[in-house]
Amino acid sequence: MEKTTLFDKIWDAHVVKSVPAGPDVFFIDKHFIHEVTSPVAFLNLETRGIGVKYPERTIATPDHNVPTIHQDQTIKDQLSRMQVQRLRDNCSRYGIELHDLGSAHHGIVHVIGPELGITQPGMTIVCGDSHTSTHGAFGAIAFGIGTSEVEMVLATQCIMQSKAKKMRITVDGILGKGVTSKDIILYIIAEITAAGATGYFVEYAGSAIQSLSMEARMTICNMSIEMGARGGLIAPDETTFNYLEGKRYSPKGEEWDQTVAHWKTLKTDEGAVFDIEYQFDAADIEPMITYGTNPGMGIKVKGTIPTTEGMEGSNKTSYLKSLAYMGFEAGEPIKGKLVDYVFVGSCTNGRIEDIRSVAEFVKGHKKADNITAWIVPGSREVEKMAHEEGLVKILEEAGFELRQPGCSACLAMNDDKIPSGKYAVSTSNRNFEGRQGPGARTMLASPLTVAAVAVTGRICDPRDVFEN
Amino acid sequence: MAYDKFTVIKSTAVPLPNENVDTDQIIPARFLKATERVGFGDNLFRDWRYDVEGNPKKDFVLNDSTYTGKILIAGRNFGSGSSREHAVWALYDYGFRAVVSSFFADIFKNNCLNIGVLPVTISAAFADKLFEAIASNPETEIEIDLPAQKITLLSTGESESFDINEYKKENMKHGFDDIDYLLNMSNEIDAFVANK
Repeated sequence: MEKTTLFDKIWDAHVVKSVPAGPDVFFIDKHFIHEVTSPVAFLNLETRGIGVKYPERTIATPDHNVPTIHQDQTIKDQLSRMQVQRLRDNCSRYGIELHDLGSAHHGIVHVIGPELGITQPGMTIVCGDSHTSTHGAFGAIAFGIGTSEVEMVLATQCIMQSKAKKMRITVDGILGKGVTSKDIILYIIAEITAAGATGYFVEYAGSAIQSLSMEARMTICNMSIEMGARGGLIAPDETTFNYLEGKRYSPKGEEWDQTVAHWKTLKTDEGAVFDIEYQFDAADIEPMITYGTNPGMGIKVKGTIPTTEGMEGSNKTSYLKSLAYMGFEAGEPIKGKLVDYVFVGSCTNGRIEDIRSVAEFVKGHKKADNITAWIVPGSREVEKMAHEEGLVKILEEAGFELRQPGCSACLAMNDDKIPSGKYAVSTSNRNFEGRQGPGARTMLASPLTVAAVAVTGRICDPRDVFEN
Repeated sequence: MAYDKFTVIKSTAVPLPNENVDTDQIIPARFLKATERVGFGDNLFRDWRYDVEGNPKKDFVLNDSTYTGKILIAGRNFGSGSSREHAVWALYDYGFRAVVSSFFADIFKNNCLNIGVLPVTISAAFADKLFEAIASNPETEIEIDLPAQKITLLSTGESESFDINEYKKENMKHGFDDIDYLLNMSNEIDAFVANK
């Protein structure tokens, strides 16, 4: 029998038809929608006079533009309010499950999907959001789509896409103390570059990946898009099954046992061929931070900003433009630089484990005076757990401001903006120019590094702080 | 939704050689709060085009009347980041019908093909040639021939062929979108679901 990859197995099982000299008609099991990329899709359905084919396969939540304070009140910003209202209207009109602001399972779409057990191994999952790749952590094919495709899924439960090429990234070995899954993915992106996986779907494998919790795996798959990949996935294992058991939408009883037996078959055959393979050693990975304006511009916190040696033409011009935006010089160390804001949150690092690691680190300490510290849980469920576990108290005593769930300062569509020229060390996924507000200067790092920066007020390696 | 057919365009071009231009630059998130597809062209490259007071920045190419046209010649890895189709809506609404680059981000390229902006992938060497030709003479015209899958620098006659799958090519030539195709497959999709 032909040896196939996990990606092949799931993809091939979802092809309704291959168009000659064209894409595949690709069936979608689950479709997440939010308020920003769905209204035009619904409007187009209306114009065409067609409905939603399988409303039970779509799940909605408002997350991108919502305020993170006073969520019980009417949204002040008129345009945001209209978008959220339009989502409510569309869900009610077409019978789509909505986890609205204030409800028990409201949150960032990529946080609530796994929490509710909607995300499961072997599925195909799409959303009008590039970080849909997060769900790949469960051994699903999950990726972001445009609004035209949102419309296609609503109307037909299919999209038309060509199958991506296959890449495997293997990380073996044991991670050092103070090194997290965020550091793994920032390290990989820095090695492969921000465009290095374009056209590929990535499978992450190896002992270092297998040792990670589901939350940590989600952080890795989440940022697959930051090296250009269509998505990334990890074969499901006991960690996956344990996470899903008992979740609201997980199979129950006898069905659970049968389903798990099937999930156990979802893995890449020994000897299956990938178009390209990379291998990394976990021991080489240290706490990472970005210094530029794309996620591939990352270095060890203890490293120096690369010089322009070997660069020429538009490559060099773009690099220098990026450093000028950040206010950094080529060749200088990044450690010790003053920081103004820290942000803990987003679909990359807004889960309970992330909040636990920050709370544990800052317990009994105060944030530095020059730091404004925001912590935004990824969902109501995360928020609830943070309260119950006493984490909120620890964080508030340390001077962090806890806000309500949403995408928040990751993309600054709401009022959570970093002021122009200010430096933010952020657990989110993008350091693009203006991403966290016009003129804002973003450095991406792990929750642990962010916690250390909050306490010292400067870029630092978390391993150097509180040596106990 | 349906868009204008694309067969052959002949136009001057706007050069933007920056690399890794992400969709947050093409249209910042704060301009995504619409519930209809109108007016996105006004905010195309908003923060590169205007200062905080809303005054045009003189050094940005869209504010330089020397460079106009329906074709954007972009640097490597154009359209990375967010999946927002609004980025392509903004390009289309502004008047661009084709984007030419030596390397496109994946989702952006798909979005282009879905709404009628032709992404033309060329070699890095040919891209350099186009940038040089436009720099020395902004009146330089470029022809993009979709049926022939050919892009030509008209001043010198140099050309290169480009890839596009036959299905998408036919769609672009006729202004069709994928939904028309998928709606006709409704029975096959139902049968697929029944067999799952």
